[in-house]
Amino acid sequence: MEHIAKERFEYVGENAKEREAISRPSLTFMQDAMRRLVKNKVALVCGVVLIVMIIASVAAPMISPFDYREQHYGHTNAPMMTVCDQQDSAGFGHVHIFGTDTLGRDLFSRVWMGGRVSLTIAIVSAIIDFFLGVLYGGISGYFGGTTDIIMMRILEIINGIPYLIIVILLMMILTPGMGTIIVAYSLVGWIPMARLVRGQVVALKEQEFISAAEALGAKPSRIIIKHLLPNTLSVVIVRITLSIPSAIFSEAYLSYVGLGVPLPMCSWGSLAQAGIENFRVYPSQLMIPAICISLTMLAFNMLGDGLRDAFDPKLRR
Amino acid sequence: MEFSHSLSLFSKRFGESKKQKEEFILLKYTLKRLGYAVLTLFVLITLTFFMMRMLPGDPFLGDKTVTGAALENMKAKYGLDKPVIVQYFIYLGNCVRGDLGTSITYNKAVMDIISEAFLVSADLGIRALIFAVIAGILLGMVAAVKRGSAWDSISMFIAMIGVSVPSFIMGALFQYFLGLQLRKLLGFALFPVQGWGDFSKTILPSFALGLGSLATVSRLMRTSMLDVLNQDYIKTAKAKGLSQTKIILRHTVRNAIMPVLTILGPTVASVLTGTFVIESIFNIPGLGKYFVMSIKDLDYTMISGTTVFYGALLILCTLVVDLLYGLIDPRVKLEG
Repeated sequence: MEHIAKERFEYVGENAKEREAISRPSLTFMQDAMRRLVKNKVALVCGVVLIVMIIASVAAPMISPFDYREQHYGHTNAPMMTVCDQQDSAGFGHVHIFGTDTLGRDLFSRVWMGGRVSLTIAIVSAIIDFFLGVLYGGISGYFGGTTDIIMMRILEIINGIPYLIIVILLMMILTPGMGTIIVAYSLVGWIPMARLVRGQVVALKEQEFISAAEALGAKPSRIIIKHLLPNTLSVVIVRITLSIPSAIFSEAYLSYVGLGVPLPMCSWGSLAQAGIENFRVYPSQLMIPAICISLTMLAFNMLGDGLRDAFDPKLRR
Repeated sequence: MEFSHSLSLFSKRFGESKKQKEEFILLKYTLKRLGYAVLTLFVLITLTFFMMRMLPGDPFLGDKTVTGAALENMKAKYGLDKPVIVQYFIYLGNCVRGDLGTSITYNKAVMDIISEAFLVSADLGIRALIFAVIAGILLGMVAAVKRGSAWDSISMFIAMIGVSVPSFIMGALFQYFLGLQLRKLLGFALFPVQGWGDFSKTILPSFALGLGSLATVSRLMRTSMLDVLNQDYIKTAKAKGLSQTKIILRHTVRNAIMPVLTILGPTVASVLTGTFVIESIFNIPGLGKYFVMSIKDLDYTMISGTTVFYGALLILCTLVVDLLYGLIDPRVKLEG
């Protein structure tokens, strides 16, 4: 039993109207969820970390005095915080904050350039997953019957094939690049989303407001888009947040296997892969991209957990 | 559905035991899963074949000396003169018989290379899986029982690390800290960082490979344990005076472990695909290393061969796990 202090109870008065009034302002579902999210310190910190990562990826390559492709031949494998004395940078006091790699390229610029690539791949794939999965799941769940059976069977078969293998096969025939990774990942990444949405829609469509919409003559497309999908949004948002780290992981994995973005472009995965090769001598070359990958994945995972707690009505008091 | 319904009526009429009916449902479930597995495998082989056809170039492109009738003969020898659809059925037949073609780089039958290298990969994979499942379950149990304590925080921290750090980075970090730095500290190598053979060489790669799955297992185990611990029958057990240990071992774990079993299929898959990178980092002569190298060498037959093999293996593992789950948890049978 929760102990509630006596001081918190107070006599409102005789006025019946005042007695029945709702003292708290009424909040919509989303406002309520956001309020709970803001109270969750861990999720908030993760959100800040992610915003910092995104801002750094966008801004750092623009501010940095070095281009991500620029090579300083006499200045390879420099340790962190080295002042550059090469070519036209000499005398300006430009600093290689993260040092340089084996080809003398500035790692600070490369890490944030790689951040652009990795984060773009992750976010764009998540958005594509969202549209494909929500539509597929929504249609399958709403129409039910034979449509549902056929659509789910197709899904089950695609799901049975290990997705990294499909991605690797696709990467072999398509020209390597950012777009290809996004396409390859999205082709299989939408399946969990479709399942999730279908499950939600199947449960929702028996409710009265759907019957009401049907009785008013709404078309299936309107019912799915206007009535069913908004109600699944909370679960979907959580799923998107959790699917981003898995896209980052896939990109890193593909880069490691040698199917990543082509040189001289870089991503966190390809930087980590390059770092592993001379890791025993220059540990910082692996540590920096590794920290970026891990921190971003961690932050997205924790934020996803936080969002789930915020949306889950069971935790409501 | 209708068939099983009429069958249940039938068995009722003849007074057959409930057990027999359950066995029938289990059989139906097994057949259904088997059908899916075969269909999935078929789709995988088809995809692989047509993707290989879409690759640029052809086997005789570089051979300028082979022209005219000789070229026709060569094509006939390798069956390339037949229409694509015939070639496809030949390929399908070969796959069924276990013939995956000849590797371009090694000039050996792909199946021979696979059968040699796979034993090493399977060894590593099974070690990692055992480590991940046992340690994950223990970690999740401790976290749930001592909820809110330092134990809980520590095990959830380990789980978070496992989810967020890709296995190849984990492998490299293990090599550096537990291999090189520890050797400097101790004066001798406690964990060798390369190669395969002795037990000590298997420790680091198995840990690196299993950590991701350990994280998933322990998180799931924790949630499921917490769920079970709140059930009324746990209160009853406590009320009748059972000790904490007995409650946990007899009543909680057995029920809480069910959801963990469901994710064993995906776990096997992730461990197996993880071996690709772990093997190349630790220089282990397994199948994964061949796979990564064949991508770098553009050895197309080797790539498609390993893909089909891995795909078939994963589909088989998922099938076995699903069937086992159907045997263990009676509720699953009803869906069949």
